[in-house]
Amino acid sequence: MNNLYNDPIGHWVVVVLAMVVVLFVLLTGTAYAVWMERVALGHIQRRPGPNRVGPWGLMQSAADGIKLAFKESFIPAETDRIIYVIAPTIAVAAAFLAWSVIPIGLWYNVQYWIADVNVGVLLIFAVSSLNVYAIVLGGYASNNKYSLLGGLRSAAQLISYEMAMGLSLVPTFMIVGSLRLRDIVDYTVHWGPYTGPIPLILLTPIGFVIYMISAVAETNRTPFDLPEAEQELIGGFLTEYSGLKFVMYYLAEYVNVITASALATLVFFGGWYLWFVPPVLAFFLKVVFFVFIYIWLRGTFPRLRYDMLMRLGWKVLLPLAIVNVIVTGVIIVLVQG
Amino acid sequence: MADEPKTPDHENPSVLDDIGALAKGLKTTLGEYFSPQVTTEYPEEKSPRSERYRGRHYLRRYDNGLERCIGCELCAAACPVGCILVIAAENSDENRVSPGERYAKTYEINMLRCIFCGYCEDACPVQAIVLGPEYELSDTSREKFIYTKEKLLEPLPPDVQARLDSKGK
Repeated sequence: MNNLYNDPIGHWVVVVLAMVVVLFVLLTGTAYAVWMERVALGHIQRRPGPNRVGPWGLMQSAADGIKLAFKESFIPAETDRIIYVIAPTIAVAAAFLAWSVIPIGLWYNVQYWIADVNVGVLLIFAVSSLNVYAIVLGGYASNNKYSLLGGLRSAAQLISYEMAMGLSLVPTFMIVGSLRLRDIVDYTVHWGPYTGPIPLILLTPIGFVIYMISAVAETNRTPFDLPEAEQELIGGFLTEYSGLKFVMYYLAEYVNVITASALATLVFFGGWYLWFVPPVLAFFLKVVFFVFIYIWLRGTFPRLRYDMLMRLGWKVLLPLAIVNVIVTGVIIVLVQG
Repeated sequence: MADEPKTPDHENPSVLDDIGALAKGLKTTLGEYFSPQVTTEYPEEKSPRSERYRGRHYLRRYDNGLERCIGCELCAAACPVGCILVIAAENSDENRVSPGERYAKTYEINMLRCIFCGYCEDACPVQAIVLGPEYELSDTSREKFIYTKEKLLEPLPPDVQARLDSKGK
């Protein structure tokens, strides 16, 4: 395997193959994340959720996809056509790009990831920030006041929560001393008789809480789904989108949810290490767990009012994240002498 | 500061109270998740109907096979939306359809118009028309909703027959 990686042509073959596999797995995973969300929300509301198409309704997303693909892809009059078409593409591209650096597992010396970048986390942040362009441009190009309001809200929200989200991970980097996701997962401690990797949530619990809250806000999910607040903004930036362009936004939203879950898994929950469970399966189970938490939050909490959202972001999460960084730094200095 | 109004504790909750409230909400929804579901899986499982439920119509026969309907058109007169069409004809010894003088040569109900009020059943002097329990009446063309006499004369479901028998009708 190592020879294949070192061979210049073999290296590219492996990378392209990995890209195809990741894309396929991610598309399938997104479809089943949607299915899982609908079933779980159904159960929370004491109904079964979709269960008609295929066994347990497993083919529901396929049916929805076919239906949406055959719908008319309507472009309203007076829109900025080029931006209107490009915006959803940015959303999808940004969502999938993040997975180029997410390590899925290390199993019998086979690396289950596309690229092992030494600034992996930074790349994920940079790419996932692109999502705001998709939403703002989509809202602007639609030539609709609700779309525009949704887009602007999204811009303000993403800027506010991105800082808290970035700072929430800084203590982890300080402890591990690397931005490479593989190093973070492999971070080894020597606690008495135990030597091995640990879930870093044990060392940075506050960072985890801040990360989870701001990740929900970053992905525009309930209770922070103000950009598409149905009651006030119809569909927000999605109002004028239909057919496959709508699918792109929808796909991007769920890929972002999975990405945020994967990042939480890698940074705070020990990545692919889980007792005796095989690495890739362990990673999968953890991601599913976090996706469920997302759905659970959606099924529980009402949407925040806009000023509350801003207050939580700037006055609670951001100061808390900064204090967390400082306190962690002081503790590191004290422990290491 | 004696005249400063006192705020009750619950109006001034601490951060811990807030977090507790969030946790309580999450616990509630998780509890609902594992509670039994309250839905009925409709096409497979049907909710029970009253025994007096008014669904599609049936025309009844006597035990000897003769039709009960005597073509009096009282049902058509009673119908608030006028969806019943009865055209009567005389019985003769060669062609005896019902025991009375006349019988219904044509008996049609427009199910698109019918409001299932059951007045026709009340008006009928010989209990010829009854409303059965079926409510899944959808079809693919308007013409198919004009129920003809042949369709209305289909045998009654046994439970409706039993109910009528118990009332001595």
